[in-house]
Amino acid sequence: MPKVMMKVNGAEAAADVEGRTLLSTYLRDLIGLTGTHVGCDTSQCGACVVLVDGQPVKSCTAFAADLEGAEVTTVEGMTNPDGSLGVIQKAFQDYHGLQCGFCTPGMVMSTAALLAENPKPSEEEIRHYLEGNICRCTGYQNIVRAVMAASGQDAGALAAE
Amino acid sequence: MHNFEFVKPSSVADAVAALANGEAQPLSGGQTLIPSMKARLNAPEVLVSLTGIAEMQGVSRDGGALEVGAATTHATVALEAASHFPGLAGLAGQIGDPAVRARGTIGGSIANNDPSACYPAAVLGTVATIVTDRREIAADDFFQGMFTTALDEGEFITKVRFPIPEASSYAKFLQPASRFALTGVFVAKYASGVRVAVTGASEDGVFRWAEAEAALSSNFDAEAVAGLSVPADGMISDLHGTSEYRAHLVRVMTQRAVRAAS
Repeated sequence: MPKVMMKVNGAEAAADVEGRTLLSTYLRDLIGLTGTHVGCDTSQCGACVVLVDGQPVKSCTAFAADLEGAEVTTVEGMTNPDGSLGVIQKAFQDYHGLQCGFCTPGMVMSTAALLAENPKPSEEEIRHYLEGNICRCTGYQNIVRAVMAASGQDAGALAAE
Repeated sequence: MHNFEFVKPSSVADAVAALANGEAQPLSGGQTLIPSMKARLNAPEVLVSLTGIAEMQGVSRDGGALEVGAATTHATVALEAASHFPGLAGLAGQIGDPAVRARGTIGGSIANNDPSACYPAAVLGTVATIVTDRREIAADDFFQGMFTTALDEGEFITKVRFPIPEASSYAKFLQPASRFALTGVFVAKYASGVRVAVTGASEDGVFRWAEAEAALSSNFDAEAVAGLSVPADGMISDLHGTSEYRAHLVRVMTQRAVRAAS
């Protein structure tokens, strides 16, 4: 089996893969980063979103062998250097942007991609950008609040649902 | 998913050689092919990735035309085509969700010819030329019915050449669960006339609405098609909408596209 190397959360990673090895399998099973969640495994739910070279990608819908040399960021890479929660993670905690937490890794990574291209998104822009990330517990109100807070905006300004 | 041999050539010539093996299939962004393989609807012995070929990447202006490499992602087209051909960029930015747009490619979308995909409407709605590893195919000859194209076995798209219209727009009625078009209409106005292409509606896949093209060519105004309708016969009917509903949407979305373009 060929060895595929990537830079994951800033560290060199290498693992032997089959052709069919998905990026989600590479991350979770081969290099042990289980923060990335596989929800539907059919490209619908967005729980498995990670950043590949800065872009949001559904890791269940990309082959590891196709990503040789890629720079990948997972939810584990979103913490501060001292290991404390990063800004986006902290905002999800502070605003209770989760209930069961299964979708949260994908929500956090999609939020990171959104804020990289649009640092101060409106509520409408947040809802539009996160439409590929499905939460089945909370509804989206607190998730949107968390993204507002993570971008330094007033989360309290959101109308109550 | 059944296992397969993965090959990633760095030139069109190497990809042609890799695909000469009859058991090999091309892979572009994989946003449709990978789920199909998981469902075992498709089980190639060899997959040839087309995403590592520099000459198949990017958007470039060539006089009055815009050339888009077949392996260019929707996200890149949404960004790089915006100043040249806003109708096309607007369409690309409405496909799927951000993660799908970061991987999915124009070549993959067109080659798959899903009856509800967005890109076929832009290709048929312009006078685009599909360039493959071996020939050039006019858009009018390319789409041959649901999931069917003029591509031969092993043939793959290398780029698409769009003559840039004077005005254009894509109006998409979103099917929110799949994020495909329940019905989508691309309208393009050229000096020679107007083209109207409809996706998501017909059981035969993308089609041109000739009556609307004639009406809009003489008067490029949404009211010009107000009295026109397409027959419900042959329109898709499913739990998301009846054939009559889709036939109605064809006119409504055509009018919205014209209003947005003018």
